[in-house]
Amino acid sequence: MLSTWMEEINWENMWIATWETVYMSLIAVAATFLLGTILGVLLYLTDKGNMWENKPVHTVTAAIVNIFRSIPFIILIILLIPFTTFLIGTMLGPSAALPALIIGAAPFYARLVEIGLREVDKGVIEASQAMGATQWQIIQKVLLPEALPSLISGITVTGITLVSYTAMAGVVGGGGLGNLAYQEGFQRSNNDVVFVATVLILVIVFILQWVGDIWTRQIDKR
Amino acid sequence: MIQLKGLSKAFQTKTQTVTAVDNVSLSIDEGEIFGIIGYSGAGKSTLVRLLNKLETATSGEVTIEGESITSLKGQSLRSARQEIGMVFQHFNLLWSRTVAENIAFPLEIAKQSKQERNKRVQELVNLVGLEGREDSYPSQLSGGQKQRVGIARALANNPKVLLCDEATSALDPKTTDSILALLTDINKKLGLTIVLITHEMHVIRKICHRVAVMENGRVVEEGPVLQVFRKPQEHMTKEFVRQITEPEEDASEIVFNEEETGAVVQLKFLENKAEQPFISKVIRQFDVDVNIIQGKISQTQRGSYGSLFIRIKGSHEEIEKALDYLREEEIEAEVMEHA
Ligand SMILES: Nc1ncnc2c1ncn2[C@@H]1O[C@H](COP(=O)(O)OP(=O)(O)O)[C@@H](O)[C@H]1O
Ligand SMILES: [Mg+2]
Repeated sequence: MLSTWMEEINWENMWIATWETVYMSLIAVAATFLLGTILGVLLYLTDKGNMWENKPVHTVTAAIVNIFRSIPFIILIILLIPFTTFLIGTMLGPSAALPALIIGAAPFYARLVEIGLREVDKGVIEASQAMGATQWQIIQKVLLPEALPSLISGITVTGITLVSYTAMAGVVGGGGLGNLAYQEGFQRSNNDVVFVATVLILVIVFILQWVGDIWTRQIDKR
Repeated sequence: MIQLKGLSKAFQTKTQTVTAVDNVSLSIDEGEIFGIIGYSGAGKSTLVRLLNKLETATSGEVTIEGESITSLKGQSLRSARQEIGMVFQHFNLLWSRTVAENIAFPLEIAKQSKQERNKRVQELVNLVGLEGREDSYPSQLSGGQKQRVGIARALANNPKVLLCDEATSALDPKTTDSILALLTDINKKLGLTIVLITHEMHVIRKICHRVAVMENGRVVEEGPVLQVFRKPQEHMTKEFVRQITEPEEDASEIVFNEEETGAVVQLKFLENKAEQPFISKVIRQFDVDVNIIQGKISQTQRGSYGSLFIRIKGSHEEIEKALDYLREEEIEAEVMEHA
């Protein structure tokens, strides 16, 4: 029974789709980490009472972050079609999903970064200033290392969201397991494909969560 | 060494202006431990933060070794700060770094090579007595050990001045004593000028050479610790001095036994006098009896200081003679009650 069940699945397509999902997720996580961290640091530093206190910059950044965070992902993909076509040259395939994935996830992660940075003890920043540290030294040697466990647990949460976004992007042509489940599974009424694709997505999510948890625990010396 | 001239700092809040430091002028000598005491909110923290320009003065000037700190900016301010160590009440260590890495932090800021850093860190670890704990994280240390890391870190770049803002206020009495002993040791060994802030008089008594008393942003009294202890001029100072010189109760609360005869006298004595057998001399030389009611002697950096309540019994004349003798010996004798 199991063998007949397996026969319905094109395993080669399944593996290609899995790697496409892993590829999209990894690139998107890396880029989101970078962009989100920069945005989060900017949000934090320009906030009231902090090093670069600047109300206009803070308000504008916060507004952009909140707007992009609030747009449903599926709508964001459609809104970004002209931008993606301009950037990648096509709307199809895993690379075409990246701009939407990153723009969708970075603002969410930026908020998590900002929250993590706010938890850094103000006294430690003051001590660094008293030692004659430059602003760049404070960001690089104090703020980011002290907030690192929050940054890592935050990117884990964001990464899991990104995996589910890749599935959504797949439905509108982005490739990966979501695309496979929709094209070969749903449209051809092949439930086995939908089932296996779902399991594989879950496995990716669990591995991500597991690595993130171990890493966070290892660097958290509080 | 450190000069404060007409230094003021006002904070503008939504509803009012708070003058945290109000026209303070002080002169702190090289190599001394200078204490600043005051209740919470007196403006002590703001005052020390003005010394390394963590706060910008509203008016007045701070100079350290002739250099005007108040007018420094940018890189020259950062360089000047590297020569002023600071120790905090809540240690302010980086929890993500080990003891050795925390101590190396100011050396990294000063762009020292890894080799120089490692050598200096080891010297400092030895100086503050943390051998064997180099690879521990702050969360694995006791409060006293954390403060030792804080002190080592503050000394890393060989500063000229060490600022201590309530450095012992988060510690238990025994740990406080060990940290104070460390500070005295560093002061003697390195000839370092220390400015120490506290709300506890026994900290001043144990390690300071001179003290300034702050109230509402102003320095109300200032002088050598022993002099301030012996002859406090201001109400605020008297309150602080009473924290440690008066035995449990205030003089007025001593129960004078009505049945007893003779006079109750409070003696205040200074330095070596506390170690002299003046009571037995009084008994031997005059026809009086002496009962000790209560007393306390405190050690300071420059000698001892004490206060003793006694009851002298005898003829009026003999008592007067005995008191005159004590006064000649430079012991203050104040008659509290005559029978
Ligand atoms: N950043 C600030 N903004 C407004 N008021 C402040 C600020 N820092 C200190 N103050 C006020 O200045 C006064 C002195 O504070 P502080 O120097 O911390 O006193 P202390 O260290 O003696 O307890 C207090 O009334 C405090 O509320
Ligand atoms: Mg204070």
